[in-house]
Amino acid sequence: MPDLLAFLGDPTVLIVGAGAVLLGGVAGGLGAFAVLRRQSLLGDAMAHAALPGVVVGYLVSGERSAGPILAGALVSGLAAGLAALHLSRLPRIKSDAALGVSLSLGFALGVVLLTRVQGSAGGHQAGLEAYLFGQAAATLRGDLLWLAGAVVLCTATMVVAWRPAKLTTFDREYAAASQVRVRLVDALLTGVLALTIVLGLRMVGVVLMAALVVAPAVAARQWSSSLLGMVLGGAAIGAGSALSGALISASAPGLATGPLIVVVASAVAGVALLTSRRESQRA
Amino acid sequence: MTITVAIVVTGVLAAAAASLTGAILAVRGQAMLNDAISHGVVLGIAVFYLALGGLPGPWRLVSAAVAALVTVAASEALSASKRVRADAAVALVFPAMFAAGVLLLGLFARDAHVDAHAVLLGEIGFVWLDSVSVFGASVPRAALLLALVFACDVAFYVVARRRLALAAFDPEQAHMQRQRPRLVAQLWLVLTAVTAVAAFDAVGVVLYVAFAIVPAVTGLLVATRLSAVIGVALAAAVAAAALGYPLAVRLDASIGGSMAMCTAVPLAVALLLRSVRARRLRGE
Repeated sequence: MPDLLAFLGDPTVLIVGAGAVLLGGVAGGLGAFAVLRRQSLLGDAMAHAALPGVVVGYLVSGERSAGPILAGALVSGLAAGLAALHLSRLPRIKSDAALGVSLSLGFALGVVLLTRVQGSAGGHQAGLEAYLFGQAAATLRGDLLWLAGAVVLCTATMVVAWRPAKLTTFDREYAAASQVRVRLVDALLTGVLALTIVLGLRMVGVVLMAALVVAPAVAARQWSSSLLGMVLGGAAIGAGSALSGALISASAPGLATGPLIVVVASAVAGVALLTSRRESQRA
Repeated sequence: MTITVAIVVTGVLAAAAASLTGAILAVRGQAMLNDAISHGVVLGIAVFYLALGGLPGPWRLVSAAVAALVTVAASEALSASKRVRADAAVALVFPAMFAAGVLLLGLFARDAHVDAHAVLLGEIGFVWLDSVSVFGASVPRAALLLALVFACDVAFYVVARRRLALAAFDPEQAHMQRQRPRLVAQLWLVLTAVTAVAAFDAVGVVLYVAFAIVPAVTGLLVATRLSAVIGVALAAAVAAAALGYPLAVRLDASIGGSMAMCTAVPLAVALLLRSVRARRLRGE
């Protein structure tokens, strides 16, 4: 028992655990909207396309300071999301192909910029590695403030825009007919999703951030049939998976935090899908 | 073959093969399966590496191909269960496989981590290191493999193009004509997985996904017939590969990244053409 207390009292474990809870909670909650709006892969695309912004932010600030890097990542992730949205409105272009274009071109641009900056075409790509796989152990106290800010912002957005967000998610035409500014709501939800993803990149990495948005929401969907239940359930499952992933990782060296969190969240989603009683109700 | 020629030829072959299989997937609305496959292979490599205690040449390909097929099958089964939509199914399956693969490698094979990394990024700049002699010329093994895979893709397309087109555009009609659209689509997915794996081995995931998706979208923007879409996609991909190499040398940046980025050039041209044509139709 004293061992456990000492482990939980370790400041690094505390910070990583708190960060994981905040990130998992907000990603799981927003994920409900992303999944219902058929935007499950939008997070993946924005996460990949944030890379050029990360590199430019790093270049501009000249150091590894969080502000400019986050801003750069947010701008390029959002730009990629908007580009995909624009492309998918063209005839014959399916929305997932449009996302694929944003994802691969954004990521390729990032790789070119990064290798150019590092001055070696095939050499060591340590910076890229940290970005791809995430580095939860490097979470700092300052990062917690950003995460807490994001949680407040996202919660406030969902509370204020709850009705229009719900309407545009389930019935866009009805929403438009009842004076809801559909495009504005779309932009708002995409914006808070992008913010969450960018904040999560440093912790869980590019590939796995997408899962943190989708898996808890899919799990919650199997157990709840209301939007509120799905948002709250997704947030709880996201926070729980993230916390348990972070704690297991901290106690077992060699197990990276990001992948552990995703494995836990995916396992919960798997159990939910297997035990689901809903038949043919698409989530 | 000089090093430059070897790199460009490998890039062009990867571009051609990936854009052909990718075009049909894009028409079917399955473009992101390319992304899913490319991440899922990490689990395959991890499992086979641990099971075999190493990963000699051909097993790399086998492990990645098995993982690619598992990724596709799991995503399809999940969306067929109707408990999640197709896009959520894909987004659920491949990160889980990727995460499990990274965990396994981190736990049991720390040195193989480099391997997973190489799969993700690839480095086409080094393909000439592994060359074989063909009729007296030294050809990269990766280029040979890609040429073989591309030939299979083309052969299947030529034989089954009517069925592929009907299965992609009108599956119900195809079903009524007893053309077995599901089987045709599944065979094409197998071919896609094999192509993807051959391409990853040579050029990495970043380049593969760009070649599989961006030229296909370029083709869809300017053409309506499937054969024309594929023709434009092939030309766009090959041009990007040829353009990307000098750009990479000029910038001293990643060759794969530059080739992938250059797929944006034909895309931009196609978007421009579209808007010019639309303006002319409106009579401006």
